[in-house]
Amino acid sequence: MRIDCKHVWEHISAYIDGEVDAELRAEIDKHLETCEVCSAVLDSTRNVVVLYADGRVFELPAGFSERLHERLDKVLAPEGP
Amino acid sequence: MKNAPNPEFEADCIRRILGGEKQLFHDLIRPCERPIYFLLMSILRNEAEAEDAAQETVLKIYRNLHLFRGESQFRTWALSIARNEGLGRLRKAETRREDSLDALSDNQTSDFTPAILTSWREVPSKALEQKELAALLRQAIDGLPEIYRNVVLLRDIEEMDVRETASALGIAEGAVKVRLHRARALLQRSLAPRLKGFAPKRGKLFGWGR
Repeated sequence: MRIDCKHVWEHISAYIDGEVDAELRAEIDKHLETCEVCSAVLDSTRNVVVLYADGRVFELPAGFSERLHERLDKVLAPEGP
Repeated sequence: MKNAPNPEFEADCIRRILGGEKQLFHDLIRPCERPIYFLLMSILRNEAEAEDAAQETVLKIYRNLHLFRGESQFRTWALSIARNEGLGRLRKAETRREDSLDALSDNQTSDFTPAILTSWREVPSKALEQKELAALLRQAIDGLPEIYRNVVLLRDIEEMDVRETASALGIAEGAVKVRLHRARALLQRSLAPRLKGFAPKRGKLFGWGR
């Protein structure tokens, strides 16, 4: 069975996460060999995920942790309320 | 994995905290700070409010520590408390937003077609040294409907697995997969055409069909 582009797009996320079964993976791989559109969609999706998942994109506000632990200290202190 | 949980350390820590070594709570909660804050940021969409809610959440976790039964991971339990805190605040504020909680369901038939390209030039992580790129990525995620944004944050950004994400958000594992797939498709569509300027400038530019 030949799968079409739309079918490939439906499975791109699972494909990236290694969650498609061997048979489907083989079909997608075969499709990707000859379809430049799907190859580019897959590569760009993977690239976008790698970029936004980078620790530099979402950083805690400056001083967040210090303020949190300071507040905690008031509760945890032995003679605290 | 960012701050991968260590169940043995957590169980030991919790026993000792409940036994009186309260200061250990600092170490127990540290690996959960990031996901707690970003989940609340995703729900509340306001930095100051999210920080306040994160502090309240952590205090609630401390006060309710004796109720943790170890049936789920500690982080999962902590995140469900964070989610309740966030949703409680939303309800109190009676916030009316375009993407309010029930405005979107997994059954909706929006168009999740990706941006069609015929070639892709890799944007290396090094490009994140440019502040505009990080800002562009944050804006794109911020612009996602909430049900997708929460899943992207926990699965891709905090690198939690499907099971833990489902449990923390109180949804089925299948819903996590569907939402993640749709979120990534929406992000690819909005970001791919705008990322081309961040790819290394070499070779011929083609495939953008201008």
